[in-house]
Amino acid sequence: MTTPALAIDNLRIVYPREDEEPFVAVDGVSLSIAPGEIHAVVGESGAGKSTVANAIIGLIDKPGFVDRGAISVGGRPLGSEGARLGRDIGVIFQDPMTSLNPLFTIESQLGEAMRFHLGVTGRQARARSLELMRAVGIPEPERRLSAYPHQLSGGQRQRVVIAAALSCDPKLLIADEPTTALDVSIQAQILKLIRDLADQRGLGVLLVTHNMGVVAEIADSVTVMYRGAAVEQGPVGRVLTAPQAAYSQQLLAAVPRISEKLRRFAVLSQEDEQAGAARRRIAADYGAGRRGGQAPLLEVRDLVVEFRSGGLLGPPRVFRAVDQVSFSIAEGEVLGLVGESGCGKTTTANVVAGLVRPTAGEARLAGALVAGKGARRPDEAGRILQMVFQDPYSSLNPRLRVGRMIAEPILHHAVAASREDAAAQTQALLEAVGLSRESAQRYAFAFSGGQRQRISIARALGPRPQLLICDEPTSSLDVSVQAQILNLLKDLKDQTGLAMLFVSHDLAVIRQMCDRVAVMQAGRIVELADADRLFEAPRHDYTRNLSDLIPRVENARARAEGRSTWQT
Amino acid sequence: MIGGLRKAPLSVLIAAGLAVTIVLVALAAPLVAPTNPLDLASFNLIDAELPPAWVEGGDPRFLLGSDNQGRDMLSAIIYGARVSILIGGGAVLVAASLGVALGLVAGFVGGRLDALIMRIGDVILSFPTILLALMVAGVARAVIPDASGPKLAPFILIGAIATHEWVQYARTVRAATMVEAQKDYVKAVRVIGLPTRRIMFGHILPNVMSPVLVIATINLAAAVLTEATLSFLGVGMPPTYPSLGTLIRIGNEFVFSGIWWIALFPALALVILVLAVNVVGDWVRDRFNPKLRGRKA
Repeated sequence: MTTPALAIDNLRIVYPREDEEPFVAVDGVSLSIAPGEIHAVVGESGAGKSTVANAIIGLIDKPGFVDRGAISVGGRPLGSEGARLGRDIGVIFQDPMTSLNPLFTIESQLGEAMRFHLGVTGRQARARSLELMRAVGIPEPERRLSAYPHQLSGGQRQRVVIAAALSCDPKLLIADEPTTALDVSIQAQILKLIRDLADQRGLGVLLVTHNMGVVAEIADSVTVMYRGAAVEQGPVGRVLTAPQAAYSQQLLAAVPRISEKLRRFAVLSQEDEQAGAARRRIAADYGAGRRGGQAPLLEVRDLVVEFRSGGLLGPPRVFRAVDQVSFSIAEGEVLGLVGESGCGKTTTANVVAGLVRPTAGEARLAGALVAGKGARRPDEAGRILQMVFQDPYSSLNPRLRVGRMIAEPILHHAVAASREDAAAQTQALLEAVGLSRESAQRYAFAFSGGQRQRISIARALGPRPQLLICDEPTSSLDVSVQAQILNLLKDLKDQTGLAMLFVSHDLAVIRQMCDRVAVMQAGRIVELADADRLFEAPRHDYTRNLSDLIPRVENARARAEGRSTWQT
Repeated sequence: MIGGLRKAPLSVLIAAGLAVTIVLVALAAPLVAPTNPLDLASFNLIDAELPPAWVEGGDPRFLLGSDNQGRDMLSAIIYGARVSILIGGGAVLVAASLGVALGLVAGFVGGRLDALIMRIGDVILSFPTILLALMVAGVARAVIPDASGPKLAPFILIGAIATHEWVQYARTVRAATMVEAQKDYVKAVRVIGLPTRRIMFGHILPNVMSPVLVIATINLAAAVLTEATLSFLGVGMPPTYPSLGTLIRIGNEFVFSGIWWIALFPALALVILVLAVNVVGDWVRDRFNPKLRGRKA
């Protein structure tokens, strides 16, 4: 049997706490990675998966420490005499924008580890750097060597980071969420690169990720972690298609799939009756204020948004973020806006919300001009349109009590007759989103990310909106929490007939949520169709491309049967 | 913050204790001081220039000696500290309110208004504090009759000091406001349609106040010093209503004739007050700076 690239035996990592039992971040985890094997460690935030990776690199945050257990790389223990970071272990971090030093050239950053660990000369280092850049697929490597990080795109930077990690021919590559900060198309390239490198160089890869699709596409084996313990381990094909442990089953059930639309996600913690009853009461209130008529609720016509920069010396540069975008949303309809970062989807949503002024075109909400030439946003627009934001940590005011945050729009739009009435409505809203009434007295920091997103939704529902703009409402949440929030939004939509503009980069989430979908690329809508039609028979090349590049959990079965699924 | 005081180092505890004692004693001056130095009828020239009680020739009635008018130095210092603290505190209050309001508007509204406010601030900061305060106090005396009288002088001093100090608050608050304005919670209230004034003061203001508190504590000491300097230079409080600075100025004339106590004791009081406030201010700054917080713990 060959020496494993990485062997972890019974690892336990402990964080001592003041006046409390110490917190066990990793408890009795063992795993082994053969050369050429990609082993994924999956789990939700706080599961301890990154702590395992950090233990190998020796970067456990103080005051945590390795309580017991052994780690060996290529058969040798960690340490200055044994396996060393940079020489035997290469590391890829999450964000290529910050993991390269902006003040040094690519050449000096690539060659640094080689000069230090292998003692090679500058010329040898340069030759090897060129070779590495070719190996990771950077075009024109000679020219790029003298470039600075800011002159490369995000995908190229991540390739440079990978090249630097490989520079001393390590036996083990640690990739901690290597593609989370990247767009799908670049993600696909980087994942393929990692797979190829593992195959060609016999490199063991420890892949830490929360994305089950990524695991299904490139990993060979997987460890599922939950609260510091490895609850299940095995080959990807088996674990992802027929999970044994209850937690793995729950986790996989919560992953949105692109191939079929579910009515609801199966989540273990079923919401109590109270939340459903509270939602029905709110829905009953809705019935009275409903508008009749066939006219669309929101109509966006020929929207153009340009951003100008520079211009102090020389002509200003104009960047067209949104280019001739038109769409409409009927009452009770959910329209998805999907595309890669920078495609203009959030800018479009912001124009509708009144946060950005359009350069040309217009938006009408319930017949009233809310954006465009001569638009004076009516007060009513601030009531019937509400927004839920991406980052639950920045969307709640840290200095206000939750109750006041939710009551403010209710009082401002005089939906409640008195303060007492507003307080009662606030409590009903908190119940409707599955939080306790007492939450109103607390501040935002007392809540987890998922609970904050619920508060954000409760705040948005207060003034009884007819259109909810959701800007990536779940992309910073764990899958199980995401499933709960998506279920909540689905329930609200079913019970109140709320229309939504749902912005996301995640096609699987869009598939689960939307009636119709608009695909945006470089500021334009390239395809707009019913969700089922769009996902089953995409017409535009870009849509087809995007949908092919998404890593799918469903592919684990095909991989288990030995078929290749990866296409780039 | 107050709760954190229990874990503060001993030096901070001592400084905080001193500062609180001085402020309390000064504010309660009529109750604490042995005599009333403002009542011209109560002192006698016969008692003038008596040394402190423990020095030969001292009089137990005048613990820290008496000045050239026969005033009890201890009482004069307690009343003087009260004037100094009230003017310093007033200047901080005025400067902070003005600076915070202008900084919020500059940071949130932006554009030309922002440029205008900040350029005025730049110009003001290019003058030394004392020079600007001297100019303001001087102009005020020329324009307003009786400006150097005990009724108006404190307000003129507060204005003169605040004219310079507000810029620091405005800059800090403007920068913090620009960061906060980008956050989603501000977008959320904009979508709701709240008026700008309510967004600025109801939602952003509470989130930009911690640096303001830090600057205010540190500036309190600076403001007390500036007031003392102005009074020392003769444009501050009149001798009939002396602050610590005025007392030092009066004493300064007698230092070389061997009558050292008139200048020394007010100066000591000033040094202790400023030092204590500064030590507490530094500690407050470190507590509010999350980057420094973990370091000493």
